[in-house]
Amino acid sequence: MSLDVNLKITDRNGVTHDIVAPTDMAMNLMEVVRSYELAEEGTIGICGGMAMCASCQCYVKSNHELPEMSDDEDAMLAEAFYVEDNSRLGCQIQITPEINGLEVELAPES
Amino acid sequence: MITTDILIIGAGPTGLFTVFEAGLLKLKCHLIDALPQPGGQCSEIYPKKPIYDIPAYPEILAGDLTKNLMEQIKQFEPGFTLGERAETIDKQEDGTFIVTTNKGTEHHAKIVAIAGGLGSFEPRKPLIENIINFEDKGVEYIIKEPELYRDKKVVISGGGDSALDWAIFLSDIASEVTLIHRRNEFRGALDSVEKVQELKNLGKINLITPAEVKGILGTDKVTGVVVEKKGEDGFIIDTDHFIPLFGLSPKLGPIGNWGLEIEKNAIKVNNALDYQTNIPGVYAIGDVNTYPGKLKLILCGFHEATLMCQSAFQRIFPDKKYVMKYTTVGGVDGFDGTRKEAPKAVVKAIQ
Repeated sequence: MSLDVNLKITDRNGVTHDIVAPTDMAMNLMEVVRSYELAEEGTIGICGGMAMCASCQCYVKSNHELPEMSDDEDAMLAEAFYVEDNSRLGCQIQITPEINGLEVELAPES
Repeated sequence: MITTDILIIGAGPTGLFTVFEAGLLKLKCHLIDALPQPGGQCSEIYPKKPIYDIPAYPEILAGDLTKNLMEQIKQFEPGFTLGERAETIDKQEDGTFIVTTNKGTEHHAKIVAIAGGLGSFEPRKPLIENIINFEDKGVEYIIKEPELYRDKKVVISGGGDSALDWAIFLSDIASEVTLIHRRNEFRGALDSVEKVQELKNLGKINLITPAEVKGILGTDKVTGVVVEKKGEDGFIIDTDHFIPLFGLSPKLGPIGNWGLEIEKNAIKVNNALDYQTNIPGVYAIGDVNTYPGKLKLILCGFHEATLMCQSAFQRIFPDKKYVMKYTTVGGVDGFDGTRKEAPKAVVKAIQ
């Protein structure tokens, strides 16, 4: 069984990237975006992945059932800008087999 | 003008530890930080979060790390310019530097060490088209002088601790306080939320949720804001001040215009030698720098600060030979007259 999942990530310039991400490295979506350099360094994952900055906000475009938001994530999104109904923080989405095929779009930098 | 040997830009963990390493070399330090308190991200973003990779600390809260660093450097009497952003740098004929802040405070130093982390923390501005036209004309992102709001009408926007705390504080000073938040729930400390509720019940805070400020009215200064409440038509609130409190976001800021070589939002340095930038005498250490294999970790910043101070010493005293001593051997001489050293062994003959 493959340990990788396929993701479609649309960057802030509107370019969609087909990404293969490992499920066995305890990565989250924000870290995948950073490792593939899909957003300029210093503009994503500023707080390091603690749901405290919203720099990794993304819009979930596919119908995947994602883990429920934690209070921290929910509270951060209450204050962030460009928030839509399908907003999530990339740092709170773990790369697991369940998200294979996930499609997301990075929210504008703010 | 403030004078020092090493001017450190950024009072996060790396900047603070630089004071200690410089102190061992008898070099005096002064720090500038845009935040009102030392500690950088550790104090501002995650003071209550545990850090697990500081050597000899299996676990330490970020806030406690800052507290310990402040204690460790106290003996070297560092100076601080807090709440101001380093704006310009001018190299003098003798190779020294004058760094001026956004408030005009001038600093003269032999060496400049940029320990700016991810950059200076700037207020996050709401997406209101004309907001920049009203900055300092009724729109303030940080409250510095509460007296400015005495007997004035104030609208605060945001749902975190700052918004709650200032709404509470200003309810005693301003003639009218309105707090506007996008949601009904607030993310602040429970007692602050309860206090706001109490003040709302007393009529001392006008609470509008779930709502957002969408526009600012006025010509020379703010006279009102346009508010959109979910499910209702937009309406206007007359006000003298609009204070959006949405936290801070780091930006490299004016340092990016200093002629330094920048790569991916970070300052390129000579890591094979001493973390010096392309401007001799200006170093960059910690998260703000980049070089092949760079890791943005606090402990790497400490290491870089140590090597940088040795290089700075040689630059300031090219004819002096410094012999590195362990603190267990040489002790620590504070600038405040204190001395720390290992107790001497007692040798006594037994009759």
